[in-house]
Amino acid sequence: MAQIPVHELAEAMYKMVKDTMGLKKWKATDLQKASIEMFGEGNVDKQLCKDAIKELVNSGRLVYTYFGGSYIEVPHKEGAEN
Amino acid sequence: MAVDKKYDTPMLDELEKGEWPSFVKEIKAAAEWNAMSNDLLGLLEQSYSEKMGHWKHGGIVGVMGYGGGIIGRYTDLPEKYPNISHFHTLRINMPSGWFYTSEALRTLCDIWDAHGSGLTNMHGSTGDIIFLGTRTEELEPVFNKLTAAGFDLGGSGSDVRTPSCCCGKARCEWACYDTMALTHFITNKFQDELHRPAFPYKMKFKMSGCPNDCVASVARSDISIIGTWRDEIQVDMQKVREYAKNGTDIVKEIVMMCPGKCIEWDGKDLNIDNSSCLHCMHCINVMPKALAPGKDRGAVVLVGSKAPIVEGALLSSVMIPFMKIEEPFDEMEFWKLIENMWDLWCEEGKNRERIGEFIQRVGMGNFLDSVGLEPIAEMVAHPRENPYVFYEEYFEEGEEVEK
Repeated sequence: MAQIPVHELAEAMYKMVKDTMGLKKWKATDLQKASIEMFGEGNVDKQLCKDAIKELVNSGRLVYTYFGGSYIEVPHKEGAEN
Repeated sequence: MAVDKKYDTPMLDELEKGEWPSFVKEIKAAAEWNAMSNDLLGLLEQSYSEKMGHWKHGGIVGVMGYGGGIIGRYTDLPEKYPNISHFHTLRINMPSGWFYTSEALRTLCDIWDAHGSGLTNMHGSTGDIIFLGTRTEELEPVFNKLTAAGFDLGGSGSDVRTPSCCCGKARCEWACYDTMALTHFITNKFQDELHRPAFPYKMKFKMSGCPNDCVASVARSDISIIGTWRDEIQVDMQKVREYAKNGTDIVKEIVMMCPGKCIEWDGKDLNIDNSSCLHCMHCINVMPKALAPGKDRGAVVLVGSKAPIVEGALLSSVMIPFMKIEEPFDEMEFWKLIENMWDLWCEEGKNRERIGEFIQRVGMGNFLDSVGLEPIAEMVAHPRENPYVFYEEYFEEGEEVEK
């Protein structure tokens, strides 16, 4: 089975993170597992997930954050910065 | 630009007394021209007075595309100390073995004087060059100048941390493999894992050239690669006799202290039962001119140590008792084991669970089975003293093992 295009996976990942903003903190592995569950193992693999996250972070649509461990979030201004 | 002194610091002043170098002296020197360092003095004096820290760390700061290398830090007293309301830390990937030209150090310092507090740690406990204290808006300019000068950020958060090593073959006669070359290779091989956190928690590589383990990899890294040998310790008997003649008490200082109980000295000859040698380096360290590691050299790979953050400290367990470490490094089978371990840990590991803690939780037997390693005696800390370890070859076929 052919893999889905990386930008399509990136859009799906972005939606997952954006829709659960404030409710759930996503780690890279969480996004990978959720993506495989959503699209099926034959359509998405580990490398494709890495590439999709890289695309989202390099474009600035998502950012890495650190709160005890590292997470991936929609950029926002944090309270401490005020 | 000169900065007026704003704070009295009677408690910090006490720490300038005496003959030893003082961090207070250094911060005060920076405070003469840097407003951040000046406010840092005031905050630190207040913390000493109240016996309370005024920092919070973590958050969202970083440079575009990277998930590691910058640790956000803020004070909870920004109105009182506005110049350190942001005081972010940068970790910069150091060269293998911490070798620099003086020109490279001046370049780093010039960048930091222009964009930060002017204070550094050389080096932090991670091994990185640490730039202490800057504002969010200065991060990208610092990063751009660092990369233009040939430097890059190191690791932080749930990623591969900046690999570090001893000085190895560059300056040490005991190095059993080229730690600096391997560290450089690992740094390049795992760039993606270093800059894009994708693990349950941090993952550290440390490379030591011999069992003296000068970078304490057995205690402070998730993956320790420690130089060793698998043939016999090299002995120059004439030099051994010279040590004895010059006052070394070989029985007391070496024979009786050998953890493998594998050395005998009859006053003339030193006999080593290499099959029982634990490769602790003690005898070699006592008589460095007479003894040396064997000629068939490589490394042992251990997994699972950590310092006591979140949960207690752990020491590493042996995974590969001996492997040759030779270029081309990329062809070593070892990377397949790393990949298997990471896949398993990412799949089953809990958030903020180090791989050593993961092994403890699932059990070493299950872990070995999952990553495709056969259990061997070297994986047991004290196999000869452990009543739960049986060696099947000790028993004849058909003979029952006593339970």
